[in-house]
Amino acid sequence: MFEQAVFYGFAAMLVLAATLVVTVRNPVHAALFLILAFFASAGLWLLLEAEFLAMTLVLVYVGAVMVLFLFVVMMLDIDLVRLREGFARYLPVAGLVALLMVAAVAVTVGPAHFGADAVAVPARQPAGHSNTAELGGALFTQYLYPFEIAAVVLLVAIIAAIALAHRRTREPKRPDPGVQLKARREDRVRLVKM
Amino acid sequence: MITLSHYLLVGAVLFCISVAGIFINRKNMIVLLMCIELMLLAVNINFIAFSHFLQDIAGQVFVFFILTVAAAESAIGLAILVVLFRKRATINVEELGTMRG
Repeated sequence: MFEQAVFYGFAAMLVLAATLVVTVRNPVHAALFLILAFFASAGLWLLLEAEFLAMTLVLVYVGAVMVLFLFVVMMLDIDLVRLREGFARYLPVAGLVALLMVAAVAVTVGPAHFGADAVAVPARQPAGHSNTAELGGALFTQYLYPFEIAAVVLLVAIIAAIALAHRRTREPKRPDPGVQLKARREDRVRLVKM
Repeated sequence: MITLSHYLLVGAVLFCISVAGIFINRKNMIVLLMCIELMLLAVNINFIAFSHFLQDIAGQVFVFFILTVAAAESAIGLAILVVLFRKRATINVEELGTMRG
C-alpha cells in the first residue's frame, strides 16, 4: 500500500513536471520544472533499489547540469515572443502524435506482456545490501574498459566546451621571437651624462 | 502491487511528452535541449526498471554510461549555444539555416 502511494505520487509529479517543462512560457521556469522532474524520477529509482544512481541523478543533474542550463538561460537575452510563434499551431498535431505513441507503446508494454504474471516482482533486498558495492563490482571488473572510455568522453567534453566558449584575446600575450631578435642595443639603451 | 508494466508506462508517457515538446517548441533551442534530457530520463527509467525486475545489474551500468554521455552532450550543446548567440544574437532554429546550401 505504501509502495503504491510512493509510486503513484512520484509518477504523477514526474508527468506533471514534464508537461510543464514543454508548455511553460519562460525557459527559466522550464528549467526549474525539469529539476522537479529529476527529483521525482530519483524517487522512482529509489523505489527500484537503484540508490547510487538516484543520488547520482540528484547530484550530477540537479547540482551541475541544471545549474549550467539555468546559467545559460539567464545569460542569453532571448526574444521570447518570436520563439513562441507556432506554439498554438503545432499543439494539436503534437498532442495527437503523443497520444498515438502512448497508445501504441501501452499496447506493447501493458500488463498483458509485462504484468506480474509475465515478469515476477522480485523480493526486496535485505537491510544490509549495498547497491553501490554491487554496481561498483560490475563497473570495475566486467565494464572496466567502457568506464575508462567514459572518462575520456568527459575529458573531450571539458576540452571542447572550453575551446568553444573561450573568448580569444586579440593581442597575444606571448613574446614574438622575431621582434626580440631584431632589437638592437642602440634602439633601447640611451646613456645620459649626469 | 507495482509491476514492471507500471514503470514502463511511466517511461513511455515521459518519452511521448518530450516528443510533443520537440514538436511545439521547435524554435527555442534551449527547450529542445531540455526535451532531449527528458527523453534520456525516460530511457533511463526503463533501464533501471528492467534491471530491478530481472535482477541484473547491467541495466544500472548502462544508465551510468548514459548519464555520463548526456552530461557531456549538454555541456557541449550549451557551449555551442553560447557561441551561436554571441555570433548571431538569436537562438531561433528557423534563422540558423546558413549551412543549408
